Amino acid sequence: MATSTTAPDADRRVPRAGSPARGAARRPRGPRRSLLPYLLLAPAIVLELAVHVIPMVVGVWMSLLELTQFHIRDWSTAPFVGLENYRATLDLNSAAGKELLHSFWVTLIYSVLSVGFAWLLGIAAAVVLQKPFRGRAILRALFLTPYALPVYTAVITWSFLLQRDTGLVNHVLVDQLGLLNERPFWLIGDNSFWSLLVVSVWRNWPFAFLCLMAGLQNVPGELYEAAAIDGAGFWRRLRSVTLPMLRPVNLVLLLVLFLWTFNDFNTPYVLFGGSAPEQADLISIHIYRSSFKTWDFGSGSAMSVALLLFLLVVSAAYLLITNRRRDDHA
Amino acid sequence: MSRRHLGIFTAAVLAAASLTACGGSGDDSAASPKTLTYWASNQGASLEVDKTTLQPELDKFEKQSGIKVNLEVVPWSDLLNRLLAAAASGKGPDVVNIGNTWSASLQATGALVEFDDATLQAVGGKDRIVPAALAAAGAPGKPPAAVPLYSMAYSLYYNKKAFADAGITAPPTTWEQVSEYGKKLTKGGKWGLAIEGANPSENAHHAFTFSQQYGGEWFDSAGKPTFDTPQNVSAIKRYIDFMAADKITNPSNAEYAQNQSVSDFANGKAAMLLWQSAGSNLKTQNMPADAYGVAPVPFLASPPAGGKKVNSMVAGINMAVFKHTKNKDGALSFVKFMTSDEEQTILNKTYGSLPAVKTAASDPAFSAPEQKSIQETLVTTAAPLPQVPDESTFETLVGTAMKELFADAASGKPVTEASVKAKLTDAQQKMR
Repeated sequence: MATSTTAPDADRRVPRAGSPARGAARRPRGPRRSLLPYLLLAPAIVLELAVHVIPMVVGVWMSLLELTQFHIRDWSTAPFVGLENYRATLDLNSAAGKELLHSFWVTLIYSVLSVGFAWLLGIAAAVVLQKPFRGRAILRALFLTPYALPVYTAVITWSFLLQRDTGLVNHVLVDQLGLLNERPFWLIGDNSFWSLLVVSVWRNWPFAFLCLMAGLQNVPGELYEAAAIDGAGFWRRLRSVTLPMLRPVNLVLLLVLFLWTFNDFNTPYVLFGGSAPEQADLISIHIYRSSFKTWDFGSGSAMSVALLLFLLVVSAAYLLITNRRRDDHA
Repeated sequence: MSRRHLGIFTAAVLAAASLTACGGSGDDSAASPKTLTYWASNQGASLEVDKTTLQPELDKFEKQSGIKVNLEVVPWSDLLNRLLAAAASGKGPDVVNIGNTWSASLQATGALVEFDDATLQAVGGKDRIVPAALAAAGAPGKPPAAVPLYSMAYSLYYNKKAFADAGITAPPTTWEQVSEYGKKLTKGGKWGLAIEGANPSENAHHAFTFSQQYGGEWFDSAGKPTFDTPQNVSAIKRYIDFMAADKITNPSNAEYAQNQSVSDFANGKAAMLLWQSAGSNLKTQNMPADAYGVAPVPFLASPPAGGKKVNSMVAGINMAVFKHTKNKDGALSFVKFMTSDEEQTILNKTYGSLPAVKTAASDPAFSAPEQKSIQETLVTTAAPLPQVPDESTFETLVGTAMKELFADAASGKPVTEASVKAKLTDAQQKMR
């Protein structure tokens, strides 16, 4: 994926122009050479099948079955119900359908905000650390810490911090600073959404920082010098030099961050202990509850497949639009 | 579709695919006849405490039989999921502890060895087992899916000093008294009653007891859910109202799911606690046995028509054997060992629970006040949770609905008959 979006167009044109001649020259050398590429690809293809494709097909198959505790041990006994699971879970007049829709909106808003803030923090930090100065390496390492911590450890620590009676957050806000009279709840009620968002941004922004920092290494210093000679200030340079040069990085970064955040299971699961409050009921945890907790794997899979289709459309549209725009620029 | 479009399509599929690809992981079953894998439930104050309690017994078993038992203590929050993954994959442990209320649900998967009369004979015989405990080991009319290991019941634990300071001379026997006393006890940062509000299973157990007292049922005789009947609505509202209306429970308890309510009781932050065999846990938290009293769980002062005199579920832990075990004889001999008189006495003494076999119950260790109270409840006023395949789903759905109601109460939202009914109706609609 990375090469398909970031490789400059020039790269692609070269083999296209040269390939017929080269192909013609090499073909007579026998079948061994033409098998080799496939052999080299085979391990990757087998792994790809095993890790992605087969589970996905199984997931789709599960969504067509009434797969409850009576049949979980031997799937062949599970009745085939066709699209019944989809009808039941996507019926927006039923309680389950309404909750799924609610959860979908919560997840969408959460993802957009989380990616937005993570990107803003990432670009700010990357720009600040672009020029060498004393202590830059230490700051870089420090900024990457949240990303390096194991997710369970990090999020469990947050859940302790956010406890109402014993958490450090309320201790500082209420007992030490006296900003609030009442101890608010951070893990239940309306605040739970914002708590989740803060933890998610905290976890994700170092990745944005890392990618953008790497991207900035490729921006030639002369561009900034030329811009400075033309009298461009900081914002002008950011807008006209830095951001356009980072475009290929951003294209991938935003998509990857969005998909990760949309699918994020670990953060809400650890933060809320299995069942998230309504206000922070992300879709991954919702699906988990609907299948594992109620032992109804058929409808859980149906929700997953519906979600897969949604993300597929979003990703494909995103890649199509950004690709087309790149062609226009070229 | 052009080649580039195909590339984009593939990239999009792969990027989005991680969603549907979820699966359970299972440990490999012991292949050798000389080893067994055993998942124990968390009975002591921590997983570590359980390991140090059980390991000497497992060593003893190895000496007797030559079979090495690999122990893993699984926390309650994970146990049902892990059992389900093991049942689905046919991989995992040979012998497991299960909450006895899950017996019928797990039995329905067909993954557990049936304890018919012959199998029961192989582990020591049916007659040794306490009948009430055996009744909670599977659906009625079918061979049990498990064998009872530890027996428990709910009791009311109360802080003697807090009661004396508030001028209360005897523990409450009715819920009305619980509210009344609770209000006297709630002052100066201390609260009347501690509740494990964010733990669905704990909530569901109380849902059962209160519903029985109000004359309700969670399933009809055909096994269909009857969650939102007026009796059940009143029952749930009564329980939530300790926080919402009586305000004798700290709103923070709406976040509790890791036994913080037991800690609050042990530290004197709350004066009353409804719990199963809390004694051993309180001891490890440095609360001496003479600092608290144990009384039966209260009843309604004037029960409505149809109200039953039930103040606890028949609580307990059962031991089950997976059919996928490659060492069934070894597994059954391990079950026999764990349910032997000697082990029953040692383990139940440590955990403060009661033996599930009649022959071990006479040990003087089980005549302490706490154990006597549990014994009396089990014999007179305890009833088993409905042994239907959907039981575990009931615990999850109704327990979670109650968790949300506690969250409402804690954040100051009103909890009304209508809001309780709406939650229960929602939960019922999710049953299929």
